[in-house]
Amino acid sequence: MSETSIIEVRDLTKTYRVGDVDVEALRGVNLDVTPGEFIAVVGSSGSGKSTLFNILGGLTPPTGGSVHINGKDLSHMSNAERTNLRKDTVGFVFQKYNLLPTLSAEDNIRIVRYIAGHATDFDPHFKEILSLLGIEDRLKHKPRALSGGQQQRVAIARALVNGPAILLADEPTGNLDSKNSTAVLNLLRDLNQRLGQTILMITHDEQAAAFAHRKVHMHDGQLI
Amino acid sequence: MLNKLTFANLAHRPVRTILSILAIAVEVTMILTLVGVSNGTLHESARRARGTGADILVRPPGSSALSSLSSAPMSDKLPAILAAEPHITLATGTMVQPLELFDTITGLDMDQFATMSGGFRFLKGGLPVLDTDMIVDEPYAREKHLQVGSTLTLITHEWHISGIYEPGKLARICVKLSALQRFTGNPGRLSQVYLKVDDPSHAQAIVDALRAKYPGYQIYTLEYFTSLLSVNSLGLLRNFTYVVIGIAMIVGFIVVFMAMYTAVLERTREIGILKAVGSSSSLILNMLLRETLLLAVIGTVVGILLTYGTQWLMLHVVPNSLTQETVYAWWPIAGAIAIAGAMIGAIIPGIKAVQQDATEALSYE
Ligand SMILES: Nc1ncnc2c1ncn2[C@@H]1O[C@H](COP(=O)(O)OP(=O)(O)OP(=O)(O)O)[C@@H](O)[C@H]1O
Ligand SMILES: [Mg+2]
Repeated sequence: MSETSIIEVRDLTKTYRVGDVDVEALRGVNLDVTPGEFIAVVGSSGSGKSTLFNILGGLTPPTGGSVHINGKDLSHMSNAERTNLRKDTVGFVFQKYNLLPTLSAEDNIRIVRYIAGHATDFDPHFKEILSLLGIEDRLKHKPRALSGGQQQRVAIARALVNGPAILLADEPTGNLDSKNSTAVLNLLRDLNQRLGQTILMITHDEQAAAFAHRKVHMHDGQLI
Repeated sequence: MLNKLTFANLAHRPVRTILSILAIAVEVTMILTLVGVSNGTLHESARRARGTGADILVRPPGSSALSSLSSAPMSDKLPAILAAEPHITLATGTMVQPLELFDTITGLDMDQFATMSGGFRFLKGGLPVLDTDMIVDEPYAREKHLQVGSTLTLITHEWHISGIYEPGKLARICVKLSALQRFTGNPGRLSQVYLKVDDPSHAQAIVDALRAKYPGYQIYTLEYFTSLLSVNSLGLLRNFTYVVIGIAMIVGFIVVFMAMYTAVLERTREIGILKAVGSSSSLILNMLLRETLLLAVIGTVVGILLTYGTQWLMLHVVPNSLTQETVYAWWPIAGAIAIAGAMIGAIIPGIKAVQQDATEALSYE
């Protein structure tokens, strides 16, 4: 494996079994991402983008091939090992924000620190991220009281609070209007440029992909 | 932090939370009320038995110590024979006629009983004069709205209340022995005989001597007899208690099962989120069990408070019914039963939550 890659994917396959039918969602994916890169994976619906996202994030085990994140091999990890990977190594941003509705924005972020076994107060570095995201004054509110754009920014803060090696985002602007989309994409770019955060963003929107350094296309379970 | 989430989740669905707490509270109250009533009623019986002033109790052959006396098999010549035994200063026979439920009518020789017990303390009226006269204790009179001079029909006879006495003396409803014997068709028959001895500290030795001389008769010191009046020595009551506890536990289990099952279903997505950010299975379980534990603990406290409510009701609405005591020793027991039932109820929903696939949970609508 190359020294410089933070994500290294080789001949990755993923087959879902639905009844008697095998669905080949990924059919030999190869990908290298270097630290500090902001990469966009673009592709049409059903091309396998979310499947790749789930495997990179350790939410789903791969069927074949190898995946290394930050030097760790995911292909032979147990459930518990993948759970640990999610604590500190990867951060997720989803299309549907996925905040816990019963907790305030702040507690949504803190509980992620708690789950990873860290002190729940915010360090200066993270406070900087919060001010970059511009949500400091909304932290006491429940998600219900926040706009979609604000919720997504809280979700980004949550994804970053444990200092993950990579930030994975699956259609982060999919539920946002164009103004909020642009704001969130700008934020991702800022986080990448100012803090050197490695970001892998999945989108089917070419315009959104333009914010990234590099674009790869996914088609029918393969990157082209 | 986990506690915060637990509280937040409970506060998020207040109706479900309150219903779960109430169900657990009712479970706890059921247990505590049953135990309280059992103990209270038995202690009340013991108090009345002691109120007779007797030292030894003689019951017919073949009866057990605590079986109810539905017949009067002993001859009323027996007291005189027993009174002639050494150390026995007084012997008086009574006849007990069961009524519906827990009540009984007791027939006694008023003069002998007065000598033995120091007599009834009448609040109103006085001893029966006529065969149809009846005396009752104050709670019974209060519940049945009886006054001196009221009439009352029991065992198909009409009785006149001649006196109302302070409770705690032998029985709640008393008539003249001869009258009860005649009305029930048991002339010359007795249900039990009370003995008074010259030196109560030797009662046990006297009992032993009597047993040897009158084989078959059930003879006890009154002290021993009252000690039998506890839940543990009453097999029937003990089993009944276990049945009620079992039912209460099942109710608590079902309610918590339902509550936690719907909570898990409803929170499918949230559980998916927690898993995505690295929660282990044990953390998810921990979260659900904490929630359950909190419900069970609050439910137990509310249940204990409700028990005071049932006590008040018993006392004020139906004074003659059963006496309910507060049995502190059973608070932790009832609490433990409620918590155990709730925890068992949370297991299956918990397993369901743990087994959910995170990616599927996240795409759950
Ligand atoms: N859990 C699953 N079980 C069975 N088949 C699945 C599952 N997840 C995805 N698939 C299938 O795998 C293929 C790729 O799905 P995936 O969700 O990765 O596509 P996508 O590129 O993210 O699409 P979209 O843009 O609509 O989100 C599809 O054919 C889909 O039906
Ligand atoms: Mg997708």
